[in-house]
Amino acid sequence: MMIMDILTVIKDHITVQEATDFVQTPECGGVAVFAGTVRNQTKGKKVHKLYFECYTPMALLEMEKIARYTRQAMGVHKIAILHVSGEKLPGDTVVVIAAAAPHRGAAFAACQYAIDTLKETVPIWKKEYFEDGEVWVAAHP
Amino acid sequence: MRILLFGIAKDIAGAPVIELETPVQQVAALREHLYNRYPRLRELRSCMIAVNKVYAGDNDALQPGDEIAVIPPVSGG
Repeated sequence: MMIMDILTVIKDHITVQEATDFVQTPECGGVAVFAGTVRNQTKGKKVHKLYFECYTPMALLEMEKIARYTRQAMGVHKIAILHVSGEKLPGDTVVVIAAAAPHRGAAFAACQYAIDTLKETVPIWKKEYFEDGEVWVAAHP
Repeated sequence: MRILLFGIAKDIAGAPVIELETPVQQVAALREHLYNRYPRLRELRSCMIAVNKVYAGDNDALQPGDEIAVIPPVSGG
């Protein structure tokens, strides 16, 4: 979804470059980027791969909501929020947020807000595969 | 009435989509129905319902044709 100054994407493969390319603009002197990658272990247990399942139409709407807030309330001019779906291996990039603002403070704050909120509200689910089994992350108390 | 399920909720129900023979009128009633049919849903940290791609509250009404989804605890990022 691309609405003027907002880009939200869910697909198999994402790059930091496509996010920064979208937000670059001459009126902004600060571009902050957050990239989330697959960690090779969880609590000492080796992770072989992750699987991301997405309720894509709703996830894109929730990502757009986050993006709109950073523009309306945080002073961001352009923002890109990208997330993967499907199988991913340790080291792969799974989420990228790039925010551009006239000054760095707003850009940093927007990245922090966007990733924290994404983890709370966006309907995407992660399954971790270990040597001895698999588990949907954070499903149980 | 068709219900979409994702993540662990899909695994618990054993299907990505289920049919409700008797439609329910409210989110709270749907949740109760799902908890009775799939008791393991009660063990989850949370179990939200989305109606037409928006998080719904227990008092929200359900209409025929609504896109209804069970949203277990999200874990993106």
